[in-house]
Amino acid sequence: MKRNQDEQLENQDIEIRLLIEAIFQKYGYDFRNYSQAHIKRRILNRFVLSGLKNISEMIHEALCNHKFVDQILMDLSITVTEMFRDPGFYKALREEILPILQTYPFIKIWHAGCSSGEEVYSMAIMLKEEGLYGKTQIYATDFNPLIIKQAKEGIYPMNRIKDFTLNYQKSGGKRAFSDYYTSNGESARLLESLKKNIVFATHNLVTDSVFAEVNLVVCRNVLIYFDRGLQDKVIGLFVDSLPGGGVLCLGSKENLQFSAHYAQFNPLIANEKIYIKKYPN
Amino acid sequence: MTGKRRYEAVVIGSSAGGLNALKTLFMGLDSGFRLPLIIVQHISPDSDNYLIHILNDLRKLRVKEADEKEIPMPGVAYIAPPNYHLLVEPDHSFTLTVDERVNYARPSIDVLFETAAEAYRHKLVGIILTGANSDGSKGLKRIKELGGLVIVQDPDTAEVDSMPRAAILATAVDHLLPLDEIATLLNKLEDEKK
Repeated sequence: MKRNQDEQLENQDIEIRLLIEAIFQKYGYDFRNYSQAHIKRRILNRFVLSGLKNISEMIHEALCNHKFVDQILMDLSITVTEMFRDPGFYKALREEILPILQTYPFIKIWHAGCSSGEEVYSMAIMLKEEGLYGKTQIYATDFNPLIIKQAKEGIYPMNRIKDFTLNYQKSGGKRAFSDYYTSNGESARLLESLKKNIVFATHNLVTDSVFAEVNLVVCRNVLIYFDRGLQDKVIGLFVDSLPGGGVLCLGSKENLQFSAHYAQFNPLIANEKIYIKKYPN
Repeated sequence: MTGKRRYEAVVIGSSAGGLNALKTLFMGLDSGFRLPLIIVQHISPDSDNYLIHILNDLRKLRVKEADEKEIPMPGVAYIAPPNYHLLVEPDHSFTLTVDERVNYARPSIDVLFETAAEAYRHKLVGIILTGANSDGSKGLKRIKELGGLVIVQDPDTAEVDSMPRAAILATAVDHLLPLDEIATLLNKLEDEKK
């Protein structure tokens, strides 16, 4: 009995690897170096919903049915985020990092893996309140074009606004959060003026390269989904994007300590995972 | 199997009443207990790490938050961080994710148990303790299916009995015990493989 089950598990793992390979070969989205346990959970969820007979059928469906592959891309996207997620981080950013950026004539920020945009708009609000938004350019990128479309719209369900407001207040927000959106009762639309200096674009951290020099990179809760090799590759992109003195912000459970690029950074606010790139010797 | 280490890790899920239950369980463990413990205790998203401090102060095992990519070591207890799911990879390393809640919970016991079940197969021990929902019962079932040992706190002795009861309904448990006897059993599992 046990042997049978081991074989089933082995077959399923092979099928999942083949599905991931098929999506890479056909569409160029590369999930081969993502956490295996995570990928497996997401794929099996989709499998159950799909009503297909086995994972191998999913391969054929993913190759031929673009709607189906869009669903899988959504499943494998990290869509859980909120405005001012981890208020302590935003407080540190506002109080410790923005004063550094303020000394620059022009500020460029790369928000990598921005998902549906909540954290990008949080940044925009903070920059506005600190009087820096006018001289800032934000690049907000994600691999998934459907998610970038959502991010550009900046419309969020009203039932999430309560949490956003609470986070905003805890992060040191200076106004009423309701100043930043209009509501039709069901959803909140963020002010157009917040979008003025944000460029939303698709960019794949796994397969694309550096596109600009920036002063600040924000990439939170993305690297935890990657294996060590891919983490190093992506941190390498950030190293190449930042000049000496540039700032890198990671998620609260992400750590540069084990990265091959660790020597290039100093921790600036260690408990919020904010790092500063060293100047060349 | 003889002379070989049978079990390689223990996963524990607890919810309402879990802090006291974990304390009692830890107090019953022999000093020098070697199996890694991997624990999901339902906890508020912005909680600090008081649970880790309290369990560490018992001076039984080294207790720490589970870090991403960390490989569990003998004699250490790992606690899932608040607001992250904890998954076990095929190479036994930890993955943390911010995916949506499962059974209204993040961390979710099912997510830990199901991934650990596949990673450790028959070398895993799964334990469900006190709690007010049914998180963990699917995961416990999976551990049993893959040949692991499944233990549930006797509901009559649990601070809140819904979670143990849900687990009993979901799978044929190997042992239904009060906390001190769960500790005794774990100590014995340790002895057997020496």
